Amino acid sequence: MPDGLTIAFWVMAAITVIAAVGVVSVRNLFHAALFLVLSFAGVAGLFVTLEADFLAAVQVLIYAGAIAILTIFAIMLTREASQGNPANRIAGPVLLLAVLFAVGIAFILLSAQWPLSKELPLPETTTAIADALINRYVLAFEVAGVLLLVAMMGAFVMGKE
Amino acid sequence: MSVQLEHYLVLGAILFAIGFYGALSRRNAVAILMSIEIMFNAVNVTFVALSRYVTPTLLTGQVFAIFVITVAAGEAALGLAIIIGIYRSRATVHVDEMDLLKG
Repeated sequence: MPDGLTIAFWVMAAITVIAAVGVVSVRNLFHAALFLVLSFAGVAGLFVTLEADFLAAVQVLIYAGAIAILTIFAIMLTREASQGNPANRIAGPVLLLAVLFAVGIAFILLSAQWPLSKELPLPETTTAIADALINRYVLAFEVAGVLLLVAMMGAFVMGKE
Repeated sequence: MSVQLEHYLVLGAILFAIGFYGALSRRNAVAILMSIEIMFNAVNVTFVALSRYVTPTLLTGQVFAIFVITVAAGEAALGLAIIIGIYRSRATVHVDEMDLLKG
């Protein structure tokens, strides 16, 4: 009898993979964006099964919220949804390459020995992540702030008439 | 059989392969950006799974995943702004028609 965590993992994994396949295969670009939201939500569920509560919330807020809205806006503004989501000439070879990539990586991952830890995960991660961000990784934190500022100004300049 | 680290890693590899296929086989630039977001998500799943099973108390992988999300947000905003800018001047979002630099 599988436990709740196992069931949750398989359900979330199935949702994520099926929705991701939908993103790259459906004809209607708008439907692809909705599948993308579903895939992001599935990944948020996977983060919950991995006991990463803060990241699950960030995933829902930033990916399923902000990035999905931005993508749908771009689809609306470019009015190409009626033309569908066509594939280019190299789609066949690329599909073969992607399958080979997945099989090869899975083979390597399953034959590797992982240095598993016996420690229990933290019951809640927000405090520990905040501590790590402003102590151990403070330089990366500041650089990420500058990067976001540059991206914001760049998007502003690009989006201007 | 309970869920192990390998389950998450193989799932991350499958998701990355799906995003890889989408990024190289679509003609619409917005669809390519969506495929790249799937690849970012695959990498995040791998980071968080390794963080959970290898360094559960240090949270290194989770902090790295936060930086990946930060960069992905910046990339999405800037990439979509560039696509809209190109659409305005060239009236297309198909990457094979963006051939201004072709000799």
